[in-house]
Amino acid sequence: MEIVLALGIGVLAGSGVWLLLRPRTYQVIIGLALLSYAVNLFIFAMGRLQVGMSPVLSAAQAGNPTHYADPLPQALVLTAIVISFATTALLLVVLLASRGFTGTDHVDGTKEPQGHDRDPDREREEK
Amino acid sequence: MHWMDHLLIVPIVLPLAAGAFLLFLDERRRALKAAISIASTLALLVVAILLLEFASAQSPDAPALAGVYRLGNWPAPFGIVLVVDRLSALMVTLTSVLALASLVFSLARWHRAGTHFHSLFLFLLVGLNGAFLTGDLFNLFVFFELLLVASYGLVLHGSGIRRVKAALPYIVVNLAASLLFLIGVSLIYGATGTLNMADLATRIPQVAAHNRTLLEAGAAILGIAFLTKAGMWPLGFWLPSTYSAAVAPVAAIFSIMTKVGVYVVLRLWLLLFGSASGALAHFGREWLLVGGLATVAFGIIGMLASKSLARRASHAVLISSGTVLAAIAMGHASVTGTALFYLVSSTLALCAFFMLIELAERGRQPEADAAESKGASPAESDEETMAETGKTGFAIPATMVVLEISFLGCALLLAGLPPLSGFVAKFALLTALLNSPGPGAAGAISPASWALLVLVIGAGLATIIGLTQAGIRAFWQPQDRAVPRVRFIEIVPVGVLLLVCAILTIQAGPVMNYMQSTAQSIHEPSNYVHGVLTTSHGQSPADKGDS
Repeated sequence: MEIVLALGIGVLAGSGVWLLLRPRTYQVIIGLALLSYAVNLFIFAMGRLQVGMSPVLSAAQAGNPTHYADPLPQALVLTAIVISFATTALLLVVLLASRGFTGTDHVDGTKEPQGHDRDPDREREEK
Repeated sequence: MHWMDHLLIVPIVLPLAAGAFLLFLDERRRALKAAISIASTLALLVVAILLLEFASAQSPDAPALAGVYRLGNWPAPFGIVLVVDRLSALMVTLTSVLALASLVFSLARWHRAGTHFHSLFLFLLVGLNGAFLTGDLFNLFVFFELLLVASYGLVLHGSGIRRVKAALPYIVVNLAASLLFLIGVSLIYGATGTLNMADLATRIPQVAAHNRTLLEAGAAILGIAFLTKAGMWPLGFWLPSTYSAAVAPVAAIFSIMTKVGVYVVLRLWLLLFGSASGALAHFGREWLLVGGLATVAFGIIGMLASKSLARRASHAVLISSGTVLAAIAMGHASVTGTALFYLVSSTLALCAFFMLIELAERGRQPEADAAESKGASPAESDEETMAETGKTGFAIPATMVVLEISFLGCALLLAGLPPLSGFVAKFALLTALLNSPGPGAAGAISPASWALLVLVIGAGLATIIGLTQAGIRAFWQPQDRAVPRVRFIEIVPVGVLLLVCAILTIQAGPVMNYMQSTAQSIHEPSNYVHGVLTTSHGQSPADKGDS
């Protein structure tokens, strides 16, 4: 089970980082969302992976913490989800404002592609 | 219940309540909003000074805590605690002074430039005070997020294409850093099983060998998140454009935001990885040192290369932050004490400087900027004019005189020249560097100390060159420009901050003693740990004689 979760977190984090470095703002936001999924899964996994552990104390077994799922990472994940949700909403508003002001969805706010995004064929046509 | 028992929660709850209440008021009732905002910031300043007095009243041998506040009255490792010691009280007081100055400055015109300025400002103060007072790692994350989100709103205040273009990378970089913060915190939790800072300090020496790599990885990733906030060299490229795009009162209060990152590094590094931590003692010291030195070097280059005053000021922020980081990394209490004095002095100077820049640049005409960028110097034509007409002088308006004197004061403070507190700070820092025992040969000065010494002096030189250039362009070049219309309420905060720096110079003895005892107490965290973990009903400033 650990390998499945680790691969899942890895794929999400890798995709998130790749998208985060892209030049279009929408890709950046999706990248941040994927990264936050990966991080939330990671926090949850820090509570140690167990199968079939109940989260609620029962009267018969109260007092033995190894029989229960760790509640603290669950609280941490909830907090992180809520905060990421709010900041994603804020970033979306800034994205829209940037799109409105600059007329383009490039992260630098410039219309011309720079760096390796430049398309040599299109530039040859335009010359 | 003694009212002083709850003094520790006031810096967090008061601005929160005031900011939330202001959201219900209509945006047109500006005078009322401003009045409530000023009143709560004044109350914050009073509370902060009270906390500072309680903290400094502790003798060096007694427990260094002025108070521990248990949220929900749960005992320490399970519940979240707020802790006031000398360092926290110092930072909360510094924040209140800067907040009052920036807020008064903003009342002239900038608070009207967008909506909800006062609420966002007060929420920023909640985040700052919470980050300085908390004793729990995840609670630190929550307050960090609060102050970051408020800062996103404040950076965008005033809108406009330049600000939104600068805000987008700022937000994305800080969101990524927050995710790294979460990864680091969860790794530390996974390795040690606790999030309380004092409890971590007791558990880290006992971490099993197979968990140690997890713990080191977590601490390193956590460090990256804070060092991004502090603007350390490869992580701080977002800083100059963001700070120069923000409106003046926002840039002024942002001068403490880098110091939040520095504070957390100082607190956590010495608490968790101090000399008593066994195999993990002084973890990451070399990286912190090299990063701090590289930040100062980058700030020097930027200070000399920048064309606009606001960018020069942001590079001065980087220089200040890098110097403090490198000084902390030396690991000696005497050097840390002087670094704290330098932190206070440079932060006050930068706050005043950001406000002053906006005032000075108000009168500039766009044509003047175009002429400067082409390198034109109108000096020759003016000499001919003066020779023709026989005039020997020209009247300088009083506004310009006041602005020039303030600019001179800020430049002296930032460059570290006498007679203001910048000089005292740098002199003390260099003395402590030369007197501290190096980690290498006994009695010899380590290469790291030499490197920091050279960079600190180089930074002073670069600041003099850069600010003199900028000051001559801003004030002494006769150009067609209108005298900036400066209101009294705008120049008073600048003057008060410079006055506080002058008082820091006059009272340098007692202040430096306080800083040195602060540094001693954070380099010996056993009192902190003992105070937090063994307090039975919460320790309050009212019963400081008990434990």
